[in-house]
Amino acid sequence: MKFEKLESKIVVLPVDNIDTDQIIPARYLKAITMDGLGEGLFVDWRKNADGTLKPDFPLNKPENKGAQILVTGDNFGCGSSREHAPWALVQNGIRAVVSTSFADIFKGNALKNGLLPVVVPTDIHKQLIASPGMKVAIDLAGQTLTLAGGPSVDFPIDSFAKRCMLDGVDELGYMLQQESAIAAFETRHPASIDTLA
Amino acid sequence: MNNSTLNKPMTKPRTIVEKIWDSHVVSQEPGAPALLFIDLHLTHEVTSPQAFQTLRDRGLKVRRPDLTIATMDHSTPTTSRDLPVLDPTGAAQLDQMEKNCKDFGVRLYNRMSDHQGIVHIIGPEQGLTQPGMTIVCGDSHTATHGAFGALAFGIGTSQVGHVLATQCLLQTPSQSYAIRVNGALKPGVSAKDVILAVIAKIGIGGGTGCVFEYLGSTIRGLSIEERMTVCNMSIEGGARAGLVAPDDTTYQYLNGREFAPKGAAWDAAVKHWKQLPSDEGATYARELTIDAGELEPMVTFGTNPGMGIPISGAVPDPASVSDPIEKSDLVKALKYMDLEPGKPLQGHRIDVVFVGSCTNSRISDLRAAASVIKGRKVNPHVRMLVVPGSQQVKHQAEAEGLDKIFRDAGADFREAGCSMCLAMNGDQLEPGEYSVSTSNRNFEGRQGKGGRTFLASPLTAAASAITGVVTDVRKLV
Repeated sequence: MKFEKLESKIVVLPVDNIDTDQIIPARYLKAITMDGLGEGLFVDWRKNADGTLKPDFPLNKPENKGAQILVTGDNFGCGSSREHAPWALVQNGIRAVVSTSFADIFKGNALKNGLLPVVVPTDIHKQLIASPGMKVAIDLAGQTLTLAGGPSVDFPIDSFAKRCMLDGVDELGYMLQQESAIAAFETRHPASIDTLA
Repeated sequence: MNNSTLNKPMTKPRTIVEKIWDSHVVSQEPGAPALLFIDLHLTHEVTSPQAFQTLRDRGLKVRRPDLTIATMDHSTPTTSRDLPVLDPTGAAQLDQMEKNCKDFGVRLYNRMSDHQGIVHIIGPEQGLTQPGMTIVCGDSHTATHGAFGALAFGIGTSQVGHVLATQCLLQTPSQSYAIRVNGALKPGVSAKDVILAVIAKIGIGGGTGCVFEYLGSTIRGLSIEERMTVCNMSIEGGARAGLVAPDDTTYQYLNGREFAPKGAAWDAAVKHWKQLPSDEGATYARELTIDAGELEPMVTFGTNPGMGIPISGAVPDPASVSDPIEKSDLVKALKYMDLEPGKPLQGHRIDVVFVGSCTNSRISDLRAAASVIKGRKVNPHVRMLVVPGSQQVKHQAEAEGLDKIFRDAGADFREAGCSMCLAMNGDQLEPGEYSVSTSNRNFEGRQGKGGRTFLASPLTAAASAITGVVTDVRKLV
């Protein structure tokens, strides 16, 4: 999924260390396709035991409907490697998550699904956390995040991941183009196991 | 193995991670991550179906089925294998795994196989996991295989597809993080307590962007199974991978296993593996030193694995935390766990004890739990599940009579799988229940919606099963 510029109000979830079991619980992982995973997003935080929505959960508030930028606490996406987490976020219209840091596997998974992880400095983060509903603009090419009427900050992103998102580069396609290098490596790197033996 | 790269004289001393990395780079284009070759790809039913579908959609084959292995563990029931899979969505996922492996020529240890088990248990026990390898799996606990001196890490489903199709991954190097543990562990203190103490010290995000190398006399003195417990929970410290350089303990464990090299190939492999340990003078971006002699059995009180305390300790008080988000997280955790600040955890009533998971379901874990259980009874208000990590572990436990010890005490001794570690297969806590669990995560709802988890060692879990409350095994007479 291509990503260039995004302008949206922010929805704020001020919790550190949000793990992927919260983003989507394991019981939603029995799917064999990507369909319908959006229903599992934060479901145990979002819904009461009887299935009704908790009105005070940020993603349930009417004023946050349509928000495409999620602002969260530190170390977002820790825990399990489930790519179902970014799938569920994207299926709910979230295109960028802003935090002070991201867990490694989640960050990689997000970038492969058009979901931009944006790391901002602590002072900007504090300002965002305190401003639910604020309009924020993200420019991937320029690597900037701009607060409504306020400061603009640069954010880091791996140059290859940036290129993939901006140009819609297909990573697997890129890897398949290196067939001859892989074949050459295989001849000088004999396998030490054979699971088919 | 690519000996040429490994033996090349280098002026700069290298860590074991750098050596493995250097010998697996296929290509490196400017402005792009390295293309890294993968020696072993482990797959299971939960994180692979969409990846196999990608291959179908694009008309691709599995490039190296000979380096790929599949098992069923996450959604797999641990009830009798004579019973059908009752959950239709779980059954559909298992059926899809059968179909995918058949269509793409991947060897599968299905639910009825004698080799079935948790993906991180079966790789090592069959000798598939070997020093110096790059190993991946669509599972964050892949670092377990680092116990053999392999660079092993978890990947997402897109990357599962990349490895299936190309046997490679696009990767950038991680920072090195030396974790040194020195000294003798006191009685009742185990490998699980070591890693829980490390995570409590650095926090759940403390190793983000890093690979842990576990060093020091304590680590050297651990068995390979204990090293697996330590490496397994590297991800709970934020590191994608964690490893221990191979030594004689490693070679003794591997020698003679099904997929391990044999004869002259074995000798050549050991010679190669002996070159792997980090060079004298190799540098690390970060370091941590722990004195093993100061460690106690550990137990977690909160809703992430970094929220751990020595068993004699007290639940922390949010009033003593200054950072507002950190404070509110602690308040949130204690509310979820329904615990009072400043109170000890010891003596807290529990409902369930789970001995299992890729962290602690190997034969040595079952022996440890059985040593406490033997001749005693599980407390009448406690439900105790013992879930071996694999069919092989189960058979071994039965051969040693451990199953009888557990059953005589009133525990449930089950079939192999991930079970109540992540509660996908029907083994789960009821809302509000407390468990002492030998697994790796105490996140909200991890063991069942509304369930509350105290992570601990097999010894602590077994002792708590007897008393029905969180218990210091050293006090159980």
